[in-house]
Amino acid sequence: MTSNGLVGSSPNRVGGRDRVTGAQQYVADIHLPNELHAKLVKIEEARARIISIDTTKAAQVPGVRLILTPDDLPHPMPRFGPQYQDRPVLAVGEVKYHGEPVAAVAADTREAAEEAVALVQVEYEALPGVHTIDAALDPDAPLVQDPSSRSGDPFAYSNIRTEFNFGWGDISAVEGEADYVIEREYEFPMVTHFAIEPHAFIAEPDGDELNVWSTIQHPYLLQKILAKMLDLPLSKLRIFAPDPGGGFGGKQHAKLEPLVSYMAMKAGRPVRLVMSLEETFQAVRRSSTRVRVRLGLTSEGDMVFSDIETNYLIGAYVDIADRVAGKSSYVAAGPYRIPAVKIVGRTILSNTTPTTAFRGFGVPQITWARESTLDEAALELGIDRLDIRRRNLPEKGFEFIPGDLPADGDWSQTVDKAAELIGWDTPVPEGRGRGIAIGLKSGPTTGLSYSTVRLLVDGSALIFCGTSDMGQGARTVFAQIVAQEMGIPIESINVIMGDTATVPFDQQTSASRSTVLMGTSVYRACKEIHGKVKTMAARLHGADEVDIEVDSGTVRLTGEELPIVDVVREGLGPLGGEVIGNGEMRKEKEPDHPLAGSAAFFEFNCTAIEVEVDGETGEIQIVKHVTVGDVGTALNPQQVKGQDDGAAIMGLGHTLMEVIIHDDTGRIRNLGAIDYRIPTSKDLPLELISASIENKDGPGPYGVKGISEGSLLCTAPAVGSAVRDATGLVIRDLPLTPQRVWEAMRERDRA
Amino acid sequence: MSETIHIETTINGRDRAFEVAANLTLLDVLRDQLGLTGSKECCVVGECGACTVIMDGIPMNSCLMLAVEIDGRDVITVEGLATDGHLNALQQAFLDLSAPQCGFCIPGQLMSAHALLQRNSDPTIDDVNEALGGNLCRCAGYLQITEAVMVAAKAGKE
Ligand code: FES
Ligand code: FES
Repeated sequence: MTSNGLVGSSPNRVGGRDRVTGAQQYVADIHLPNELHAKLVKIEEARARIISIDTTKAAQVPGVRLILTPDDLPHPMPRFGPQYQDRPVLAVGEVKYHGEPVAAVAADTREAAEEAVALVQVEYEALPGVHTIDAALDPDAPLVQDPSSRSGDPFAYSNIRTEFNFGWGDISAVEGEADYVIEREYEFPMVTHFAIEPHAFIAEPDGDELNVWSTIQHPYLLQKILAKMLDLPLSKLRIFAPDPGGGFGGKQHAKLEPLVSYMAMKAGRPVRLVMSLEETFQAVRRSSTRVRVRLGLTSEGDMVFSDIETNYLIGAYVDIADRVAGKSSYVAAGPYRIPAVKIVGRTILSNTTPTTAFRGFGVPQITWARESTLDEAALELGIDRLDIRRRNLPEKGFEFIPGDLPADGDWSQTVDKAAELIGWDTPVPEGRGRGIAIGLKSGPTTGLSYSTVRLLVDGSALIFCGTSDMGQGARTVFAQIVAQEMGIPIESINVIMGDTATVPFDQQTSASRSTVLMGTSVYRACKEIHGKVKTMAARLHGADEVDIEVDSGTVRLTGEELPIVDVVREGLGPLGGEVIGNGEMRKEKEPDHPLAGSAAFFEFNCTAIEVEVDGETGEIQIVKHVTVGDVGTALNPQQVKGQDDGAAIMGLGHTLMEVIIHDDTGRIRNLGAIDYRIPTSKDLPLELISASIENKDGPGPYGVKGISEGSLLCTAPAVGSAVRDATGLVIRDLPLTPQRVWEAMRERDRA
Repeated sequence: MSETIHIETTINGRDRAFEVAANLTLLDVLRDQLGLTGSKECCVVGECGACTVIMDGIPMNSCLMLAVEIDGRDVITVEGLATDGHLNALQQAFLDLSAPQCGFCIPGQLMSAHALLQRNSDPTIDDVNEALGGNLCRCAGYLQITEAVMVAAKAGKE
């Protein structure tokens, strides 16, 4: 037996070798014989009525095989979406956001497709649109979605998509107990995922079947959506989902796969569409928000009530934005003991890029407002910012959101660790400031993950599962579980993913779920193998099964311990073969729960920051950045640190530099890498420490909880708090660019 | 159809002569004509570094070069780092330190780092961050990447 790759160690990433040799195949690296290259036809307007599309000239470009316009698609136009079927395959009648495709060309070469796209003549009339919360809520605002498509919806004649109401207790009954009430409003800007791999899709008709390659995170959801649209049985629709080159939520749901599928079926040939980075910006973004927090406290700093209103500016089609808003609003009051809470959330449609899941799933936006308001309260009450949080934290096991999972960790440990690592009790060096904030996100509320583990006669193993490994390292963790349970080296394990005809169903890869939910499934598959091995050992050794134990790679008989693989080799006999285990993990819907399911676990993080602010330029230097997560158990400490560091730096992106800018008509002005900045190796904190609290108290195998999002949940308020500490400036909008900070300093000096 | 030009070049240590379309970028030709898909396409404007290759010792954004520019030059792509299936010290360090997450930026990071180590076998952390400053990693494995380059530099010295 080897200790290599066991749970709790950090073996080399499974799939890591191909990532350093260039052999890793992403969707854009895959070519099919006879393929056509697709390009999108778009117009430079955020909202316009399409009058006509003339393809005559474009069709004459040599090599052009297909030009697809809405007229070539079924009537009425097929629509799709994970929540509402509101997104058309191509814009129909009206372009509703900048970059929405109105037609598409497929040609023998990319160049021919590009040439033809430029020759498609779209006649249109620009229409006024809405791209801010205020504009969208104006009673005279043009409606983003046609009210006739929203029959029975009380908000159909407004741009409000959905209103959510959560809470407990009665604020009016307890309001009198508050010595102090603070009310603040905070804004969070539009940002985009900017995975380095732009989205890419290929569809290939194959007799009465269709094969689709996509950079998708949820192949099985894509399969379901396409099968329904194309009226194909699931068995005839095969999704290949090679490891995405970064997802961060942006690749969860179908985007242009339906279009590419229709094109391939029409052309009778494979069609590939590799989007540009600019087009990818126009396909996914995070909801921007305006959040109002009214918080009542006693003079000692005990929270009495929290009254929160969240407004999410979503795009022209909903995608998963309603779920993002609902799920994050639900935890808006944070991980605190509060007698009365009222939360009203709202999604607001606009003529902007459809918003989707993005690491943190709405929580970073809400947390920026809540934690910053709490900070302002602490300052005014003269209470230490760490103490005000500590005193309101629930004990482990306390149902801080009535009816949901109780606090599932000893969270004060996490907060104390962050405080200790930043040196909260030590004097702040001259010219600097410190801040601290807490983030909480609820994990998956439902789940269904199947897996198969095949222990082969030579002691190697195959794992089949439908998780997408987009960098979080799922393959490695599942291989570690099998290495641990079978007692085999991790190098002898292969993890098969990303093909719906090969791997069993998995609901999705999101919400930091996979180690917990698919991990449990893989663990159970191993347990099934253990059961079969026990029967085998009983037969081979003439023993009674009750006297045999199988565990962690070992078969224990009375007076004898044998490696599982030895028993299996002997037990399989001369014909060889394998032992197969199937695993299943279900987290069912809870119909009475406001989110239709309680949290499988909470992601709990505390971030502490020390900054220096340049009084001349307004530039913020992060001197020290500490992030601590309650992870239950770190199955692979190196990967946990990688996720935490990565999320922390991503959090600095939306905190310090990232913002999508629109012109007055709603066109994006900073499309692409030149004008939209994300953190580089030159933007890092001088010191970044990611630490974990491990009490083995998670619901997954070996006590694991989900990670991967925690350390960006509260980056912004921690930085904001530190900037305030350093300068006295309260800035309630992001990003904290040098310009914004400089302007705030100048205003302060004038006053 | 645009004009094609005959070029003679060395790619990953191998002399090659072939025709390229005059209007194609080096990135396109590497990926689509030569099947060297390790170099990645992201921004196509020289900002992300995913397409970085080394020409005559200098890291270049292949998305900004025409393929004809490699005529008479020596080009290394990520596929040229390993020898006979053996990872070089830099690749091994990237693997050991879990520098790649999704991996999409990694070929470009490796090429910038390889070019740095070729001209400076004893870099400081600042040298590394500077040399790799044009290689974006949205997974933000920057600390692991920098550490891997430092480890490889040390390994190279021993
Ligand atoms: S693709 Fe060449 S620099 Fe981004
Ligand atoms: S490893 Fe994912 S972008 Fe760098």
